[in-house]
Amino acid sequence: MDFLRPASWEEALAAKAEHPTAVPIAGGTDVMVEINFDHRRPEYLLDLNRIVDLYEWETGAESVRLGASVPYTKIMENLRAELPGLALASHTVASPQIRNRGGVGGNLGTASPAGDAHPALLAAGAEVEVESAARGTRLIPVDEFYTGVKRNALRPDELIRAVHVKKADGPQQFSKVGTRNAMVIAVCAFGLALHPATRTVRTGIGSAAPTPVRAGAAEDFLNAALEEGGFWDTGKIITPSVAKRFADLCSAACNPIDDVRGTANYRRHAVGVMARRTLTWTWESYRGARPAPEGAA
Amino acid sequence: MRVNFTVNGRPQEADDVWEGESLLYVLRERLGLPGSKNACEQGECGSCTVRLDGVPVCACLVAAGQVEGRDVVTVEGLAQFARQRAAGGCATGACGTPLDEARRWQAEGTGPGTGEDAGLSPVQQAFIDAGAVQCGFCTPGLLVASDELLERNPNPSDADIREALSGNLCRCTGYEKIMDAVRLAAARRSEEV
Ligand SMILES: Cc1cc2nc3c(=O)[nH]c(=O)nc-3n(C[C@H](O)[C@H](O)[C@H](O)COP(=O)(O)OP(=O)(O)OC[C@H]3O[C@@H](n4cnc5c(N)ncnc54)[C@H](O)[C@@H]3O)c2cc1C
Ligand code: FES
Ligand code: FES
Repeated sequence: MDFLRPASWEEALAAKAEHPTAVPIAGGTDVMVEINFDHRRPEYLLDLNRIVDLYEWETGAESVRLGASVPYTKIMENLRAELPGLALASHTVASPQIRNRGGVGGNLGTASPAGDAHPALLAAGAEVEVESAARGTRLIPVDEFYTGVKRNALRPDELIRAVHVKKADGPQQFSKVGTRNAMVIAVCAFGLALHPATRTVRTGIGSAAPTPVRAGAAEDFLNAALEEGGFWDTGKIITPSVAKRFADLCSAACNPIDDVRGTANYRRHAVGVMARRTLTWTWESYRGARPAPEGAA
Repeated sequence: MRVNFTVNGRPQEADDVWEGESLLYVLRERLGLPGSKNACEQGECGSCTVRLDGVPVCACLVAAGQVEGRDVVTVEGLAQFARQRAAGGCATGACGTPLDEARRWQAEGTGPGTGEDAGLSPVQQAFIDAGAVQCGFCTPGLLVASDELLERNPNPSDADIREALSGNLCRCTGYEKIMDAVRLAAARRSEEV
């Protein structure tokens, strides 16, 4: 095994081009487990810890450009206002020790259907910025990034530079089912974001299909129902039958498996429950935050 | 490969390090510092917790090559680290814990609860006084994590303590005495101030 220690982003891209089989290592919280248990013996480890750009983030007008290695702890501490869904999801990852090292770049690299960042990224709207020495930068919509179980759209010579996550324009929620509050891989997870600016609702489902997915049909139904009923203007309580239909469609978007953490049926059911709850929570804050109608006390 | 880094305030060099090796292995097997424990090697138990550039991490999940040029504090250096912090830094320029001392490190004095002269950090003393140590396997990781919590947050709520220690498993105590120990260390500190 060789240990490559590029000091800059350019050096890292050059190293990845020269050794396409090199395994990047950022926080190491996925990679080191595999090496410790001899599940993986890469020819080259490509250390990303010295590349300071990957630990920085910039807040723009529309989105946050989040460096691939920014640890979850920093997201929780610094980006709660801009990226509430991702901050909530970050807080549910493992333990402080893991959150101090692991980040979204590694979560995307692993592309596990159970990765907690994914539902939040899908719901908020995000693009993955990847780069290669040969072809430069491309932006991959996060919906297209996950290509199969633990597979992603990265080419062998590419590295993840950053994730551009849309700044929240309304309330966001993240919900996760597990046996306890810390150190738990999701049985299933759900992210939901209200986007009052475009009058849309977006979702993300974790651990209930081969890849993280959005509940497209559920979103379409809800967007139409909210528009037709004038809900965005009046801020009235969402009709229970609408919430129920939305939850059912979210369940239907799942394609889960039975495994040690839970059965497929349980996952479908739990996703429906989380969909209804996160919709209620976010809608309540949306109603609460709206300016009071004129003349009202 | 060779790895140069700072351990407990002193520069160290580890030779013949395999590229896939963890920081935990380097500390225990190459530098002879077995204080950081190895129980799971997968980040689940926290018994290998050390500070890497001040940040608590699982040493079993840091690749050895990643610590080149960086600063590590282990449980063996914790007492000295806490003394230096209390003194507001290193005045003499000869601070930290040398490797041979760290290897032999143990509390001075005899028996548990011997008090001020034992050379323990406040958190270590509190763990003994509160009866938070049974088999002791989880203790080094818990000490490093608790010490960092109190450095950051001198007056933690119970929820803060549970959160900060949520990555450290203990199979013996049932955690109540560990909670007591951290509360005790915080209370003693606020009395001093
Ligand atoms: C005890 C424990 C509990 C955990 N609990 C959770 C949990 O609750 N939720 C959760 O989502 N995850 C969990 N994980 C998994 C892990 O912490 C996350 O997936 C984390 O986001 C990985 O980030 P990292 O920087 O440590 O990745 P690394 O291990 O460094 O890398 C992970 C993968 O991404 C690739 N990679 C990293 N950076 C880049 C880059 N810039 N460009 C291209 N490829 C890259 C690597 O080659 C590797 O394939 C847990 C892990 C452990 C050990
Ligand atoms: S040995 Fe590192 S967390 Fe268990
Ligand atoms: S005292 Fe035995 S594991 Fe904690």
